[in-house]
Amino acid sequence: MSKKEIDNRFSKFGAVSFTGITRINDFIGYLEQGKLMGTKCKKCGIKYFPPRADCAHSLDSDMEWFEVTGAGKLLSFSTLTFAPTGFTQDLPYTIAVLDYGDYKVFGRVDKAVPENELSVGMEMKTVVQKLPNDQLTYVFQKA
Amino acid sequence: MSKVGIVGVGQSKFVRAYPGSIREMVFESFKEAMADANMTTKNIDATIVCSAPEYDKQRSPSGVFAEYLGLNPQPTFYVESLCSSSTTGVRLAYSMIKAGLHDVVMVLGFQKMSEISAAESQERMGRGADIQWESPFGTMMPAYYAMFARGHMAKFGTTMDDLALVRLKASKYAVFNDRAMIRKELTMDALQAPNPMANILSSPLRVGDCCSNADGSSCVILANEEKAKEFSRKPVWIKGLGSASASVNMAGRDSFYSLPAATEAARRAYAMAGMKPENIDVAEVHDCFTIAEIMAYESLGFAKPGEGPALIRAKETYKEGRIPVNVDGGLLSKGHPVGATGGSQIRAIVLQLRGDAGDMQVKDPSIGLVHNVGGVGLYANVTILGRE
Repeated sequence: MSKKEIDNRFSKFGAVSFTGITRINDFIGYLEQGKLMGTKCKKCGIKYFPPRADCAHSLDSDMEWFEVTGAGKLLSFSTLTFAPTGFTQDLPYTIAVLDYGDYKVFGRVDKAVPENELSVGMEMKTVVQKLPNDQLTYVFQKA
Repeated sequence: MSKVGIVGVGQSKFVRAYPGSIREMVFESFKEAMADANMTTKNIDATIVCSAPEYDKQRSPSGVFAEYLGLNPQPTFYVESLCSSSTTGVRLAYSMIKAGLHDVVMVLGFQKMSEISAAESQERMGRGADIQWESPFGTMMPAYYAMFARGHMAKFGTTMDDLALVRLKASKYAVFNDRAMIRKELTMDALQAPNPMANILSSPLRVGDCCSNADGSSCVILANEEKAKEFSRKPVWIKGLGSASASVNMAGRDSFYSLPAATEAARRAYAMAGMKPENIDVAEVHDCFTIAEIMAYESLGFAKPGEGPALIRAKETYKEGRIPVNVDGGLLSKGHPVGATGGSQIRAIVLQLRGDAGDMQVKDPSIGLVHNVGGVGLYANVTILGRE
């Protein structure tokens, strides 16, 4: 008897993932293709990042994918010199939020960009990255 | 309209590591509040237990406390909203009393942070944020608030010295608070290199900009008007309760220089009380980080947006200032046993309004306010208390 296969692709997201199963697991499939995707409600047109399986506005679950492209504005950032359990080997690292207008993206700044070159309001882009342990993530680089 | 009063308050000393179990730690604040209210366990109709569950080893602590404190067979249950859990408990107690379900309700807040390591607690604290979309990046509470400090600096020109002033004020008053964990008055030098408090924890926040984990408990006893007058010499009345929430994911926030849930909670509390910021004589705000106190001034209308730093520079939030804030040392000096913090803030204001705050006493206040925030402004409760 074959067991039904469990789609737990989301466990590949980020340095340490705390979630395995979600209805937007295709997000990981797109990351594997180098694409960062959000979802858009077909009914009301609201764009969601992070992507959602359901639209609380139209109470509908008919969503389509869109790609996060172009540049966003750096809203804020912080470089950690102390890390939670599981992330110490990554120190120091910088978390940040980019504003793309219709939506915002939370993530890390690429290690190649030194903190003293960052300033609130500057333009940055989001790039998908594969981590050494085969996990998938995305980082912000100068636009 | 019948009133709901606070008739008893208690708080254990906040410490780095409490030398006992959680039920023993809770007994300390319980005993003080019961004596304060002149009550026996028979008078307590129901108990609400509050903590942030991610730090607790004991699941469903209400049952354990009810048994240990002699509160069986009365009902007891648990509620949480992270760091604002115990003011959420006060809000629930108020509504149960107003609804006529109970005459007297106890709110017990506690946290024993020392049961887990600092790194582990930061990881769990990070899990109070969005575990699907943010925790995988290695987030923690100081880093989130650091983003708000950076945003406030970029928008309004707030400086590191402005942040330091908040810490200095906290340290000054903690000297008089026998329940505070850190009771040493600091000077500006302490927050300058090479002193350890100047080390950056998550830029731009220094170690000295952050409160410390602590172990502790708090207890608040609320009663309807009749019982409050029967048991208490000086009941303190609930005038306004405002509560609000905001996006858990930082990608859902519009700005990084204020906490919209706190601003909304304040608006609702003022509306219920029929009051304005100018009516407040003394306040306790959720200064888990120095920047949080500055944002609180602006959310509560003590200062206009961006003018919070000017308020602390002019010492307007000192004991003798226009609006004294956290003159018990705040979270920065008392320590922050997450689930106990809101109850400790309520106690501080109750003591002020009764004139029982000792060396911390503000001159003759009649209206006080408590601002208690859960997560990075994910939840916020603003409570307005009065003597009349």
